[in-house]
Amino acid sequence: MTTSTDTQHYFVPDTTIWPFLASIGLTSLVWGFIQILNGNSGKFMMIAGAMVLFFTFFRWFGEVVHESESNAYSGWEDKSFRLGMSWFIFSEVMFFAAFFGVLFYARVLSVPWLGGAGEEYDTHKWLWDTYQATWPTNGPGNVGGEFGLVAWSGLPLVNTLLLLSSGVTVTWAHHALKHNNRQHLIWGLAATVALGTIFLICQGVEYAHAYDINLTLGSGIYGSTFFMLTGFHGMHVLLGTIMLFVVLLRSMRGHFTAKNHFAFEAAAWYWHFVDVVWLGLFIFVYIV
Amino acid sequence: MNAQAVEHVDHDDHHHGPAKGWMRWLTTTNHKDIGSLYLWFSLIMFFIGGIMALVIRAELFQPGLQLVDPGFFNQMTTMHALVMIFLALMPAFVGLANWMIPIMIGAPDMALPRMNNWSFWILPFASIMLLSTLFVDGGAPAGGWTMYPPLVLQTGAAFPMLIFAVHLLGISSIMGSINIIATIMNMRAPGMTYMKMPLFVWTWFITAYLLIATMPVLAGAVTMLLTDKYFATSFFSAAGGGDPVMFQHIFWFFGHPEVYILILPAFGIVSQIIPTFARKQLFGYSSMVYATASIAFLSFIVWAHHMFTVGLPVSAELFFMFATMLIAVPTGVKVFNWVSTMWKGSMTFETPMLFSIGFVIMFTIGGFSGLMLALTPVDFQYHDTYFVVAHFHYVLVPGAIFSVMAAAYYWLPKWTGHMYDEKLGKFHFWMSTIFVNILFFPQHFVGLAGMPRRIPDYAVQFADFNAISSIGAFGFGLSQLLFAYIMIKAVRSGKKATDQVWDGAEGLEWTLSSPPPYHSFSTQPIVK
Repeated sequence: MTTSTDTQHYFVPDTTIWPFLASIGLTSLVWGFIQILNGNSGKFMMIAGAMVLFFTFFRWFGEVVHESESNAYSGWEDKSFRLGMSWFIFSEVMFFAAFFGVLFYARVLSVPWLGGAGEEYDTHKWLWDTYQATWPTNGPGNVGGEFGLVAWSGLPLVNTLLLLSSGVTVTWAHHALKHNNRQHLIWGLAATVALGTIFLICQGVEYAHAYDINLTLGSGIYGSTFFMLTGFHGMHVLLGTIMLFVVLLRSMRGHFTAKNHFAFEAAAWYWHFVDVVWLGLFIFVYIV
Repeated sequence: MNAQAVEHVDHDDHHHGPAKGWMRWLTTTNHKDIGSLYLWFSLIMFFIGGIMALVIRAELFQPGLQLVDPGFFNQMTTMHALVMIFLALMPAFVGLANWMIPIMIGAPDMALPRMNNWSFWILPFASIMLLSTLFVDGGAPAGGWTMYPPLVLQTGAAFPMLIFAVHLLGISSIMGSINIIATIMNMRAPGMTYMKMPLFVWTWFITAYLLIATMPVLAGAVTMLLTDKYFATSFFSAAGGGDPVMFQHIFWFFGHPEVYILILPAFGIVSQIIPTFARKQLFGYSSMVYATASIAFLSFIVWAHHMFTVGLPVSAELFFMFATMLIAVPTGVKVFNWVSTMWKGSMTFETPMLFSIGFVIMFTIGGFSGLMLALTPVDFQYHDTYFVVAHFHYVLVPGAIFSVMAAAYYWLPKWTGHMYDEKLGKFHFWMSTIFVNILFFPQHFVGLAGMPRRIPDYAVQFADFNAISSIGAFGFGLSQLLFAYIMIKAVRSGKKATDQVWDGAEGLEWTLSSPPPYHSFSTQPIVK
């Protein structure tokens, strides 16, 4: 081994207080929520924690943006960011996999078993011998009472079209960025953010409708899986929209170049991930 | 790999020393500082979890209820597991990864240094949240670390604290793992190809993948517990069409890979140490890598062997039995390779080597009892007995914990520049090994005879073996004070360590000074 003279220099940041502050913010946020769940007052602590967390991320990521724009990073650091984002998205995939797993387990195994299928016949016989397995169901206990269903051909179909077109607009913006077309980049991003926002509004309207027809989080296993899957998906759409909005603001300030635009790509990857999860939801929660 | 000394030239102003005062530890982005934080944190938690274990063993010293009420006993079994797994062992391995991976692959630091700081600094907050459950209404969680519903839903004010502590620990682990993967994939020195990486790096590479794949699943599982308790969902309630057994499936889909998260880095450590003191290359390097990957893959399809008695379809029990037994094959490859590395080697028995050999023998005992437990028909008898307790403590205590201690003795001279007291180190090893066997070996017998786990009282015929076991526990616990003493003493003073430290050691870490400069490899070495 010899001492190399032309190896690259990796940007190792100086000391930083942001992660520690972020821990304080995050802990306060969840501590406030814990207090609320335990019937104590925790609202103030939650809000304070959220504000600290938001402020910290704003400054922390602001620093990274500044470093990026002042060319502190080369391709080497860029690859670290890309790897980080890819594996983060993989962890999100596994998070959703848990909830899809629940949906499939309930539909394929536990609900039929409760209806007397297979080797779990005894449970059916001794506990709920009148229960017939169907889907959707709120279980043999009729938990939450009778409920109506959201038709897939209504708002969910609209939402599918919204998200699919947002996938197109974000790709349009990406092409514009790669061809140095700032105008189209901004329009593409603005359209994507708008589509994401409309999706969230539609989802809100649909939730209100669902609660009107007594389809709630408390409607047995159907209501639980329905709201948990679509709810967590909605939160991810919100996060993706915020990310794209930040990228939009940065694009309007002249950030990013045709070659160097990791933040744009990270937000776009995340957006496509959210898109694919929705397709899974649309098929397995709404249609089938 | 053929590594020789590298000349270090600090050639630009990007290289700062550590910040002054205690703020250094809050704000550091340096992998060595963060590694040290993890390791000290882990040592403290090891003693807190250890005290809980001693409460358990004190109560079990004789039959009947003597010291603590059964509710508190249950809190101790639950908290002991959570503390030891999430706050002692996992941070210890992450600390070792932080210290060693950048040095072993010739990197300037971890790939994402700011996030590295955050991964650590979530831990103290999460651990305070978890430990403070001991002081709230209804006491700490007492339904077992596996958090099975519906029992766990009876937890009092501690319940949401438990859930969110797990969430925070999960966030910390996922960020730590993303960082480790990005570091290994992106920061290797020129010439450090994947198949030249030291095995500790390889095993952590695979472990990090397991963590990223399973911690989100655990997060999903505990979120559903939370909504079942507070938001009227029916995931784990049969009345609403859910299934309490479903929680066990989700939990063990996380839980079984978690077992390998706790042992794969240990395999890596032992694979570093044995060649050094046998003064031979590791036997079967590539088969070690493939065996590690196979174990990781198999860990995803064996989870239901934790659930043989809950009423699974017979076909599922057969599948999970055979899949589980398959794990013995790559594990056998590993044990064979360690033994073959020692075969005809010029062996010396310094403390790290003693702990590693202890690991190989006693981990194998734990592996064999695991093979017994894998057999569905016999598991119907062993399930929830002390035999299970004996099994996983053999793989985790003289397995995983011995490997952490081996690593500490092995690399401490590199970290601090001081040799530890060899005589005391060997004494620590022998005390630990003798007492750990007195502690856990009798538990096999009482378990096979039918003594259930997680119960504060037991039938009189188990009295003698339990008394022996408790004596072993206190002996083992006291021996660990010696470990802390040896470590602290070596950090503060001791014989100056050479750069090479161990004459048979190979790898980039030994080309650096002892202790290494604050920023090692600011110029990347070239590996030939």
